Amino acid sequence: MTSLTTTVSNTEIAPRSSLWRHLRHVVSENPVTGVAFLLFAMFVVLAVFGPYLVPFDPLQTDTGPALQSPSAAHWFGTDHLGRDVFSRVVVATRLDLLISVSAVAISFVLGSVMGCFAGYFGGWTDRITGRLVDTIMAFPLFVLAMGIVAAAGNTVENIVYATAIINLPFYARMARAEVSIRRNAGYVQAARLAGNSELRVLFGHIFPNTLPPMMVQISLNMGWAILNAAGLSFIGLGVQPPAPEWGIMVAEGANFIISGEWWLVIFPGLALMLAVFTFNLIGDGLRDLVDPQRRT
Amino acid sequence: MTAALEKLRKVALRLLQAVPTVFGILVVCFLLTRALPGDPAAYFAGDMADAESIEEVRRTMGLDQSLPMQFVSYLKDLAQGNLGMAISTGQPVTAELANRLPASLELTLGALVLSFLIAVPLGVLAATRPNTWIDHLCRFLVTAGVSLPTFFTGLALMYVFYYLLDWAPAPMGRLDLMFLPPEPITGFLTIDAIIAGDWEVLRAALAQLALPTITLALFTLAPIARMTRAAMLQAIASEFVRTARAAGLSGRRVLVTYAFRNALLPVVTTLGMVFSFVLGANVLVEKVFAWPGIGSFAVEALVVSDYAAVQGFVLSMALLFVALNLLIDVIYTLIDPRVGEEA
Repeated sequence: MTSLTTTVSNTEIAPRSSLWRHLRHVVSENPVTGVAFLLFAMFVVLAVFGPYLVPFDPLQTDTGPALQSPSAAHWFGTDHLGRDVFSRVVVATRLDLLISVSAVAISFVLGSVMGCFAGYFGGWTDRITGRLVDTIMAFPLFVLAMGIVAAAGNTVENIVYATAIINLPFYARMARAEVSIRRNAGYVQAARLAGNSELRVLFGHIFPNTLPPMMVQISLNMGWAILNAAGLSFIGLGVQPPAPEWGIMVAEGANFIISGEWWLVIFPGLALMLAVFTFNLIGDGLRDLVDPQRRT
Repeated sequence: MTAALEKLRKVALRLLQAVPTVFGILVVCFLLTRALPGDPAAYFAGDMADAESIEEVRRTMGLDQSLPMQFVSYLKDLAQGNLGMAISTGQPVTAELANRLPASLELTLGALVLSFLIAVPLGVLAATRPNTWIDHLCRFLVTAGVSLPTFFTGLALMYVFYYLLDWAPAPMGRLDLMFLPPEPITGFLTIDAIIAGDWEVLRAALAQLALPTITLALFTLAPIARMTRAAMLQAIASEFVRTARAAGLSGRRVLVTYAFRNALLPVVTTLGMVFSFVLGANVLVEKVFAWPGIGSFAVEALVVSDYAAVQGFVLSMALLFVALNLLIDVIYTLIDPRVGEEA
């Protein structure tokens, strides 16, 4: 236990320049991580500037013949209403990322506060947090999300809340574990002796040091949140047509796959897959950066 | 205390631990039924209802009572297997779920068995031959598998195997309309067909089952393979394997009897997460393949805002999940050679 805490604090006080060297080293050793960061940058650009870059209005019908296969004018073809699939796939990036980023942000904030209290103070905070987390985890998570959205109402905000609730346990558990191994580390005792209040020690000294492993969790979780949100809209919850969103586009295209119009499903599906893949790769890369021992 | 008794005690203890979990599930499901948008009484009374009939509905549904009282009557209804009526079909929700459960179980269990048969050998081979092509294949499948949206894989497979190659039958339910379903005994079409000795129907049922099962199996393959590989690597690096090697046992014996059996234990414990994934993904796969299971029932109910049906679905899925986890833990206790040995 003591050796664990000392190694943790050693890496934590390492100067910033060595972190950059380490980052460069990790990227050069595993170029896949570099590719993942480039893809991530691309998704961010598409989410921010997407609507200004696309050749057609994603909602405009009859931009060309309906159900036309990919061509020079319509790179990803057109759908049954003659809308341009390429424009819709690109514009959908913003909504998909917005849903998953807000969901992950909510569960990160709530989950880490709960986990920090549980790990630092123990006692009744720990028991209540543990009971809540166990109850959420007692459900198949996607099914629980379906139930929450069905009960709370079929809106995009409720998709965000449902996704946040089913992700909460991961953050709460992780924060609890990371805080409780640092609770009595040397720098924490020093901060306490220097007269800091308990809350200040917890959120000013311990919590920032739990951030690197939490970042890994966030990245891996983002992919999962995107999958969940897209799955919910695929079954008709949350985002309503004609809004462009990957899950709903796949659902709309599903009716045409048995008659061979593959582009309606494949392109939004591939975009979804690529986004999830990117976040998973970044998560693995960040894990190498933060904790080389946990590499698989 | 003998080992058998010790094991029995552990199993009983584990069963007891499920009680608070089930209670938590019941509370959440109850709260979900009370969290309907707006006033539930007004919702169930319909659009045309006046204030008086809404009050009437409120009284008959017991909504005028305090929350704890409502919870008690909710439990009473549940004990009698009463989950309310499904608006979409006019049948009791319990009957609908019971009718459709075998279809879902056949799909889910088939997929789990299939992904086990592929993922466990793959994980073991990847761990025993690090940095060969099979290790890279395993790593690729693990990363790609968790990134695949099941509904997308299902549709892609359907396009390739139904539209392009015409190997798979039309994705319309469990059995082609040309065939008469066998006498329902277990509710599993494949098993019923075997019991009836009807090989044509068995073939047709398996053909319908193939694509959805593969879709679901591809999704669960990744976590199982990842766990097997990690557990196997850890077991191979352990001291008892080194001792077994040093004692001159054959490589095969060391791998199978010592490393593999011990590696299986962590794999079994982490199965809970896999079940959670598979039960959720099941809903999406059923929708894609028009599979008449409880998942597609819930999706249809969601579309028409049939709350009783959705709540019944959530509750039964959660109970199924708890039961599966219990089963795994009991099996774990029974196969773990260490349990009861130190006593």
